[in-house]
Amino acid sequence: MDTAILRELEGIVGRDNLLSSEDELRMYEYDGSVEIGRPDCVVFPGDKREVVEIARLSSRRGVPIVGRGAGTGLSGGALAREGGVQVVFSRMNRILSIDAESQLAVVEPGVVNLELSRAVAGLGLHFAPDPSSQKSSTIGGNVSENAGGPHTLAYGVTTNHVLGMEIVLPSGESVRIGGGAVDPTGYDLPGLLVGSEGTLALIVEITVRLTPLPETIKTLLAVFETTDDATETVAALTAGGITPAACEMLDGWTIRVVESWIHVGLPTDAAALLLIDIDGLIESAEGQAAAVAEIARRNHAREVRVARDAAEREGLWKARKNAFGAVGRIAPDCYVQDGVIPRTRLPDTLRRIAEIGRRHGFEIGNIFHAGDGNLHPLICFDGRDPAQREHALAASNEIIALCVEFGGSITGEHGVGMEKDRLMPLLFSPADLDVMKRVRSSFNPAGLLNPGKIFPGGKSCGEIRVPALAPSPQAGTAPSTGGRQAGIPSDISPGISSGTTPGTTQ
Amino acid sequence: MTGPGNQFHSLAKIVGETNTSAEPQALAAFAIDGHLPSVVVRPSNAEEIAEILRFCGAEKLAAIPAGGATKLRMGAAPVRYDVALVTTRLERITAYDPGDLTVSVEAGARLGEITHLLSEHRQLLPLAVPFLGQATVGGTVASGIDSPLRQLYGTVRDFLLGIEFVTGDGIHAKSGARVVKNVAGYDLHKLFIGSLGTLVVITRLNFKTFPVPEASGAFLATFASESGVLELLRKIRKSPLRGSALEVFSPTLSALFARRMAQTAPDRTLPSPWLSGSAWALAAHFGGNDRVMHRYKSELESMAGAAGANGSTLLPEDARAALWDHTREMVPLLLDESPAAMIVRVSALPNRLGDVFAAAQQSGDRHELPVAILARAAGVAYIAFLPNQSNGEIGGRLAQAARELADAAAEAQGFSFVAWCPPELKGRLSLWGKERTDLPLMRNVKQAFDPGNTLSPGRFMGGI
Repeated sequence: MDTAILRELEGIVGRDNLLSSEDELRMYEYDGSVEIGRPDCVVFPGDKREVVEIARLSSRRGVPIVGRGAGTGLSGGALAREGGVQVVFSRMNRILSIDAESQLAVVEPGVVNLELSRAVAGLGLHFAPDPSSQKSSTIGGNVSENAGGPHTLAYGVTTNHVLGMEIVLPSGESVRIGGGAVDPTGYDLPGLLVGSEGTLALIVEITVRLTPLPETIKTLLAVFETTDDATETVAALTAGGITPAACEMLDGWTIRVVESWIHVGLPTDAAALLLIDIDGLIESAEGQAAAVAEIARRNHAREVRVARDAAEREGLWKARKNAFGAVGRIAPDCYVQDGVIPRTRLPDTLRRIAEIGRRHGFEIGNIFHAGDGNLHPLICFDGRDPAQREHALAASNEIIALCVEFGGSITGEHGVGMEKDRLMPLLFSPADLDVMKRVRSSFNPAGLLNPGKIFPGGKSCGEIRVPALAPSPQAGTAPSTGGRQAGIPSDISPGISSGTTPGTTQ
Repeated sequence: MTGPGNQFHSLAKIVGETNTSAEPQALAAFAIDGHLPSVVVRPSNAEEIAEILRFCGAEKLAAIPAGGATKLRMGAAPVRYDVALVTTRLERITAYDPGDLTVSVEAGARLGEITHLLSEHRQLLPLAVPFLGQATVGGTVASGIDSPLRQLYGTVRDFLLGIEFVTGDGIHAKSGARVVKNVAGYDLHKLFIGSLGTLVVITRLNFKTFPVPEASGAFLATFASESGVLELLRKIRKSPLRGSALEVFSPTLSALFARRMAQTAPDRTLPSPWLSGSAWALAAHFGGNDRVMHRYKSELESMAGAAGANGSTLLPEDARAALWDHTREMVPLLLDESPAAMIVRVSALPNRLGDVFAAAQQSGDRHELPVAILARAAGVAYIAFLPNQSNGEIGGRLAQAARELADAAAEAQGFSFVAWCPPELKGRLSLWGKERTDLPLMRNVKQAFDPGNTLSPGRFMGGI
């Protein structure tokens, strides 16, 4: 990168908050996905004013800028696909205010998701979006990708919890949109910004809704002999008007992989299990839990277990939240898909996914948000074998095409980023994409902010890209990068999309 | 440019003679603040709408989309108005998947009909909005009007999954999908909520639907002062109770509701302070099984007592239903009561609602205007000033009151919007309160969707 630009950046953020050596930059070329994009330099602004200066410099010099939180994203949304300046928000991590009465908080974008929930737990509140990466992912990143999580089934995804923000446009202009109060006047700009994957503006402050903690939580584990029985149970729950707080499914393959690592007593001979949280008032949760158990039994559950206490509940959820780490141990490479289908199509879909796997010679694992039809098929393969890699990609593409065929979506919560830009035409017509691009241009006219994302026709080519095979020993040791490193022993870096680093959003 | 006669024929070519009208009566039905279109067209699909808009663009005509025409009074008067683009022939419910709790409807479908269909499957779309029988779903979304059910289900932005639309320059496009979770592409549909027809013509909408609870109840408590009602509101918000609606009524509104409800529900079922019209009241609607209902009743009673209520009751079913209908239809009731009414939507941080009440009452007192307030726990208050006649002098007082409310809203970190007022008042005040710093961004958004300024020119904030 031009040394004059580096000097200017150093003048803005200070020498300690600028990285530009090859070794340092390599740590920022990954996130939690299979994508790669190396920035030309990395800066860590300490406040809004510095972000404004960085944006002005970018605009003046014609250099791309790309925002980044903890680097746990699963679609390459925060990677510098076309190089430029990576703006990492980890220093802007202050909770600016908490208003318990009005149930909202104002935070900087680098605040870690779980830290906000911890900070307000004593007030009986929490920040509801709970991506599996919540121990490390930042609220700014959650907002950019419109992150989900298991409990978004009842509570909604990130966009349902964002009231307002302060943004910095690529021009360097800073603007407040939305507000603390509901129903701001004018067009719903926060609604547009959430999930825009960092392509419209840099977010420097966010006002989020806080949600009261439920009075009680009942966690049920229903065990099935066939996956059909489990998916039929989910369809029956939905159709029966029961809305659990979370409804997660693990198939037999995944159960065995997870249990062999986490040891919480999952039934390794089962074909599928459902992990269901019911929460709310005691009177309501008890009734709903009984109804869930009844529906599960009617669909041939061989066992319905209710967690006796918080410890047992946490054990079950630990199994769920660390599942991707467990899967990473067993194969050199693993592709985590993210697709959505109408819930009535769950039984068909899982059968078709199994067929796709058989045809390509894989057993495809399934661990996913069954309650909202958000699938996460896992395709484990050895990327060193070109034939296997080719089959893995083909299977993955077929699964996404299936989701679209059934009336669903190509991504439920991981985002499009770099990973699925080429798949956008499955869902959107050229006219749809043109209108979206007009909107992008109205915020980001020169295209300097996070270029090459969301829309097909980015610089890189290929369909679903796979990881490079060359090991990069530095990655996985930096706290703000994902842990995806093919070719590294599994106990250090367990697989592509996840691992011991908390880098997943499932 | 062609003359009016040629315009008529060109439009008739697109939608057919029978769906094109320039009869005075037809035009009058779509008048906006005294402005008449020169032609009314009723397209039957998005392609026709796209063609109409391309024609309007080429001819520099202004088109204003309309559905049931129940909320055309919201927003500023148009600066140009040639074509009323009426969506009521796009009326199909194109897909309903009760098992997935999703529904896809054309923009001109009536909310009443959608509600009816969903109720057959014990499901609901949480849009309990005024003029429910006549309102179309597209118009409701474009108006941005909220519903008492937001307490539990949120507003449209929380359950609208995807949308199809036609841009001002005639591009038929979509955003979102018809599944409950999706992050592919920009959520353009959020921009159209409350856009008052200034960005696109909405043609189809996909929503989440929700199960109807086993049973529903409503609890009503009355207080001699607003401090008591605010205290109860605070207690409920801090409690684990999650009602489907949580609403506060000022004494004037209580009196109006009580008077109207007396026609449908027997008086003995309502607390006497409420009937007397001197009480602030809080209505909590909730649903669930028997045990849940019992829990609500006992806890609400004890919280109301602790907050100093002078009356409280669990409403019997007929009174509950009547109160629900009146709450939902508050706007037409108020306009019926006072045709010159000005109804301002003020949002505020929930713990600052009391400041908004105080400001509203002060303005009412200062300008000698009766004030009725309906507030929702989420932090929204509808404040109605109800003059008994309309003239220039009263208009001046209303305009001043609107300015005072805009100040109060800003003070409470909120927003104000004059949702209904006499047309002659619109030139005298800013309907959207304080000017927003993100207005230039909104102009950019307008430019992206409607580069020729064909759609509803001048109807939105800042002259958009």
